[in-house]
Amino acid sequence: MEREGRAYAAGSAQGPALVLRMPLSFYGGVAAETGEIIDRSHPDLGRNIAGKMLLIPGGKGSSSSSSVLAELIRLGTGPVGIVLARPDPIMVIGCLVARLLYGRAVPIMVCPIDGIADGCMVRIDCDGPRATGSGPDAAMLWRGS
Amino acid sequence: MVIVLDDIERAYLGGEAGAGTAMAMELLQSYASAIGAECFVPIKGAHVDGCLYHGEAGLDFVEMLQQGAARVRVPTTLNVGSIDLIHPEIMRMEPDALSKPKRLMMAHEELGCIASFTCAPYQTLFRPSFGDQVAWGESNAIVFANSVIGARTERYGDFLDLCCAITGRAPAWGLHLDENRCGQVLFDLVGFPASLEATDSLFAGVGLIVGLLTGDLVPVIQGLPTPRDEDQLKTLGAAAASVGAVGLFHAIGITPEAPTLDAAFRGRRPVATNVITPSDVRDALARLSTVPDGTPISALCLGTPHFSLEEWRRLVCLLRQVRPAQEIPIYVNTSRATLDAARAVGLLDEIDDYRLVPVVDTCTYVTSILERFEGAAMTNSGKWAHYAPGNIGCAVAFGALEDCVASAAAGHVVRV
Repeated sequence: MEREGRAYAAGSAQGPALVLRMPLSFYGGVAAETGEIIDRSHPDLGRNIAGKMLLIPGGKGSSSSSSVLAELIRLGTGPVGIVLARPDPIMVIGCLVARLLYGRAVPIMVCPIDGIADGCMVRIDCDGPRATGSGPDAAMLWRGS
Repeated sequence: MVIVLDDIERAYLGGEAGAGTAMAMELLQSYASAIGAECFVPIKGAHVDGCLYHGEAGLDFVEMLQQGAARVRVPTTLNVGSIDLIHPEIMRMEPDALSKPKRLMMAHEELGCIASFTCAPYQTLFRPSFGDQVAWGESNAIVFANSVIGARTERYGDFLDLCCAITGRAPAWGLHLDENRCGQVLFDLVGFPASLEATDSLFAGVGLIVGLLTGDLVPVIQGLPTPRDEDQLKTLGAAAASVGAVGLFHAIGITPEAPTLDAAFRGRRPVATNVITPSDVRDALARLSTVPDGTPISALCLGTPHFSLEEWRRLVCLLRQVRPAQEIPIYVNTSRATLDAARAVGLLDEIDDYRLVPVVDTCTYVTSILERFEGAAMTNSGKWAHYAPGNIGCAVAFGALEDCVASAAAGHVVRV
């Protein structure tokens, strides 16, 4: 299965899908030391995002989420890539800064997330020509198995 | 899409204003490219939410900017940090654990930011005016600036707000642009009494419902009573932005861009209409409490977002009436400037009679301040109730300010 979407943060990544049922705030929602979801009001409370391809309906809440996401990426407790049904700009800057500081690219792609089950391998490829700003229209691949 | 840069932006990118400014401009450009902005707008001010310590990444970022000799180019207020720098004795952290969070706050000051350390920059001298373009972080501040003041900011995450402050630019997109400020989803209050009282709890409850159901669209709320003061709109916005991604709301007849329903929607039709009933509000508020009424309480946590001078007055007035004597600490989060103003008018004269603990520069749900965790902490803030269980691991009871003070007197959760 292939899907096209919008490149939101550059890079390519592959990992087992973790499909969240509700939007997530990394701040107050995920413990940076472990990658565990700690938001008591979230239906996926207790699950772990480390090393996963995170599929989320969208972002929510605190503007501190970009710091927490950058810290998750620094510590290696973050997702390998993120697929968002609804764009969340606060996540973009977290990924951009982690890449600048630590050279670790966690790509973000925006496209529908329906029809993907937990655990199936998902690869996203978001390498558009970053400097020229052609990202928003670049074609992306999503391969589920 | 090619982003159009002016001469100044090109010079920043080319390193003519130093490596730190070039780094900020480059990040802004990458970001603008991702979100699809075509150019930048000059901003009049910024509010930076990078002082709260979440780990090395935040410090690494600011220190890299410092090494590149960056300075902010517009008046820039700072959001809360992890430490009360004025009352460090209330921090329940090992001295070693204080050094990096403190360094993060200082490093922001060294970049030229103002040491306001408040999540309510709209209560400061640097409050923007209607129509001003600004770049603000902190979800409650963003929604307040857009909705209550009619200033224009997108929802900026940590790092990006600082890049905007350093370059004096924000991407021209989203809520900066006129066409995106139009109402999209209607929330209609139905079934309330004609003489509906403007209680804090009503505004918190409506905020929670709107936040959960709106996603990142622009909600329009019809049927709210005239708020007692802007603190009630602060309460609504903070609750909505905690549980959702709301950056702007319109309240018909109340907020500046919504004198009428037609004006709020600019003559267009809502994409969806939701009804809010009294029982919806009751349910939303009930879900905030993790413990039943009657549970013993170990603290009151007020002032999230930071208490205004008017809220101090209301609290002290209630304390004088109720005179709680149960030795339950009453933490009040507020800004340095507001605390000074409250002290100057005598509102803290009886501080020792009530175990009143003013907290500045930070907030009790983001760091280690609470002494005791048995029973529950009680709060009048939808935002505090939403975040505290996950952040600091305490049980929470939510109630109006009057309920909170009465509970402090009773020693357990009561409703007046």
